[in-house]
Amino acid sequence: MTGRGGTFLFLLPSLLGVLLFFVLPFGTVIYYSLVNRPVNGDFVGLDNFRALLSNKAFLLGAKNTGILLAVSVPLAVLLPLKLALWLERAIPMKSQLRTAFLSPMLVPIASVILVWRVLFHQNGTLNAYLGSHVDWFHSTRSILMVLLLYLWKNIGYHTILFTAALAAIPRTYIDMANLDGAGRTRQFYTVKLPFLAPTIFFVVLMSLIASMKIFREVWLLTGSYPYESLYLLQHFMNNTFRTMDYQKLSAAALMLALVMGALIAALLAIERRLDRDTENE
Amino acid sequence: MKKRRFKNGCLWLALAILALLFVLPTVLTVVNSFLSASEIQRSYGAALGSGEYMKEHVILKLVPDIATFAQYKTFLLQSPEYLQKFWNSVLYTVPITILQTAVSALAAYGFCRKPSRLRRAIFFGYLVLTLMPYQVTLVPNYLISKQLGSYDTIWAILLPGIFSPFAVFLLTKYMQRIPKVYLEAAQLDGANERMIFRRIFLPQCRSALYAVGMLIFFDYWNMVEQPMVLLEQEELQPLSIWLSRINEGELGLAFAAAVIYMIPCLLLFLGGEQHLEEGIVTGGIK
Repeated sequence: MTGRGGTFLFLLPSLLGVLLFFVLPFGTVIYYSLVNRPVNGDFVGLDNFRALLSNKAFLLGAKNTGILLAVSVPLAVLLPLKLALWLERAIPMKSQLRTAFLSPMLVPIASVILVWRVLFHQNGTLNAYLGSHVDWFHSTRSILMVLLLYLWKNIGYHTILFTAALAAIPRTYIDMANLDGAGRTRQFYTVKLPFLAPTIFFVVLMSLIASMKIFREVWLLTGSYPYESLYLLQHFMNNTFRTMDYQKLSAAALMLALVMGALIAALLAIERRLDRDTENE
Repeated sequence: MKKRRFKNGCLWLALAILALLFVLPTVLTVVNSFLSASEIQRSYGAALGSGEYMKEHVILKLVPDIATFAQYKTFLLQSPEYLQKFWNSVLYTVPITILQTAVSALAAYGFCRKPSRLRRAIFFGYLVLTLMPYQVTLVPNYLISKQLGSYDTIWAILLPGIFSPFAVFLLTKYMQRIPKVYLEAAQLDGANERMIFRRIFLPQCRSALYAVGMLIFFDYWNMVEQPMVLLEQEELQPLSIWLSRINEGELGLAFAAAVIYMIPCLLLFLGGEQHLEEGIVTGGIK
């Protein structure tokens, strides 16, 4: 066992597990998405997909999930980056601040839900202090509440990822930039940003994963049939699963997988491009 | 110089206020765990319960009227079924954390040592799987558990958890950054793959392994969807399910239970914060 064969053994356990628990069953999903009944179904081509694309609930869920991703991911990358840059400056108690930002990670979701429900209730604490009467759970602003929850949960970890990346930039580059009289902004774009590129890419992926996981909180807060603006793709899939409409669910799962695949392929292409650029420098 | 110090002072103040807002929900959970059941019912019943009409605002309490350990006592001493659920959570989360980290570390090594077209394609597949919301794998998980006969047993949760591709992606990214010089030196000395993995990659990855383990632990400790789909028996449910379904009668217990539930996470966090801070991505660059 030399060369590739040797290292292939390392992949084997994971590969077998993923194959058995994720890939093979996914084959069944593909099959379901193409037939009209789970048992002894007839092949119906793309009918399930066509039906899905004219399904109002699916479209609503897809739209809301799209909006959530489009807003949450950039914020979950940019805010922590800014925070990390601030934490680089000469201010006291840096590590305590970092710990405070990280603390939401370890709070059990269930207690977050309790606190959030009291905070954002129509007669809740937030409205009391703001003097407003917003029904956070049933209005167009609901998405704002979810965004707040998402950022609160994830900003801390992303911030320390950036902090670590910033700390790893060799001092000499920064000293040189200082000698050249480059201001903070210029230093950021010419010196720091190229070094941060891999971390930014990584944080984008982590943010995407987290955006998908925030459904858990949304669902616990508002149940299976939330206000329209909070109805996510996952709600649709969850509800479809419960009504055992496997064909519809499978078609939705497959479509989502394709969209995600395309998104990741695009991201990876960008990453490879960036890698090449830094190598050439 | 003075101006800069003033500016940094303002910045510090803003960050400190933000930091306080970040810890506030945690503090509130802890404070409220010392409230008596009746005070909780009186204070929050309207917001958390059936949603009856309220005239007054519900304000989260930062100071209880009377502090009491009664909730903790009830939880720890008088309700074995909750402790059973806590234990269930441990039974799911600990093996998944350890074994998923181990399986993933091996796989990550396989991916980053000899990158080939095929492996890159497989890695891409892993990445897509990682990003899928749980609802996509829900049907596959459900089907395979029925096939294997693991449905409604702890294996229905454990097996997909152990082989979940999440950690593979993180660890591969990390290992790719371990400087090649180490490898070349080891290979010159005639080290085989197993030795390189054990003597070079694992020690280099200690922080990353710990960090990944923490992320997995936090995630499965809070799992909700998997048990709901794959488990029917009440005795097998983890505490996260019970906490998330808490109803009016048990509201008083909710905060105390949440605090107890938070303790393992807290210990892990305190023990490993510097590993998290050493970062997942920066590892080998220095």
